[in-house]
Amino acid sequence: MTNPTWQADVFAVLKRARIAQVGYVPDAGHAHLIAAAHADPEISTTVLTTEEEGVALAAGAWLGGQRAVLLMQSSGVGNCINMLTLPINCRMPFLTLVTMRGEWGEFNPWQVPMGAATPAVLAAAGVHVQRADRADEAAETVGAAAAMAFASCVPVAVLFSQRLIGTKVF
Amino acid sequence: MIGRNDLTLDRRAVVATLLDSSGLDSSGLNGPGDLLVVTSLGSTTYDAAAAGDRAQNFYLWGAMGGTAMIGLGLALAQPHRRVLVLSGDGDMLMGLGSLATIAAARAPNLAIAVLDNAAFGETGAQPSHTALGTDLAAVAAACGWGATATASSMAEVAALRPRLRSEPLFAVIRISPAEVPRHLPPRDGAYLADRFRRALGVPEA
Repeated sequence: MTNPTWQADVFAVLKRARIAQVGYVPDAGHAHLIAAAHADPEISTTVLTTEEEGVALAAGAWLGGQRAVLLMQSSGVGNCINMLTLPINCRMPFLTLVTMRGEWGEFNPWQVPMGAATPAVLAAAGVHVQRADRADEAAETVGAAAAMAFASCVPVAVLFSQRLIGTKVF
Repeated sequence: MIGRNDLTLDRRAVVATLLDSSGLDSSGLNGPGDLLVVTSLGSTTYDAAAAGDRAQNFYLWGAMGGTAMIGLGLALAQPHRRVLVLSGDGDMLMGLGSLATIAAARAPNLAIAVLDNAAFGETGAQPSHTALGTDLAAVAAACGWGATATASSMAEVAALRPRLRSEPLFAVIRISPAEVPRHLPPRDGAYLADRFRRALGVPEA
């Protein structure tokens, strides 16, 4: 189980950034953020069947004057690629927080290819990629990413490294 | 399963009927005449533009499969406005999971109308899954949508018009696969998004 302290700090940063909608495909590394979002009456929290739904959800939120964030793990990044043309073409902000798999001590080989490809695939699709490797930099990185996404109207992803969220073991 | 010869409704007449706000209360932000519309790429976008371009229409030229979810994000952000998603069978099939997501989210101000011509009309009219056995209204009902409907006559379309503006309804409208002249709205997404947000009067960021 991960230490939720840095995740509580990340949630506080999202609140300060006036995030009003959270879309997610669950990941254990996001469990604290998901629970906090569900518990917050000022946030609409939407569980998705696949990650690209969250890209479209965020676009609709922006059209309606709200800020959204998509929570997913790296295996879901590939699902989003064509839908990322939506915020890019429409010059909309897009913010996603990605828990990384397939890197630090990964036990499941099926996670490795997409995890390894995640930064390059996001960059190739036009997303600005930032990374948090340590607990003490996670909230600051998310705050900077949110500022960039919503002020500059660009897509930004923050990758939470597998070392940060804790290697999954069975 | 839809037999293609059974499909006679003219898509332009259907969309013109659905988007016609005459006789409806347009005075208030919450009136049934005050509709926020999101349209899926291709013919549905052209149909809505042909019915009369308006800033409260958000036309997609891509993002296939995402129309309904854009509608959900918009409906959650604007709970006092009515949101209508106009989709096609191809777009809705690509975003089939979003029927479950939206049913679970229970946004009371969001309705979806699927213009179902049982074909991928933009790419050579290949039969779509709705020609091959999929009933989208039944899928939506199985996903938890409380109200679903299927229309195959203009009288049924006219009956849908007020319901789509007052209920969380998922409606399939069986239309002719015949091609109609293209009516192209602006395709600059940044322009369309900015125009839509200004019409809503939402803050800059």
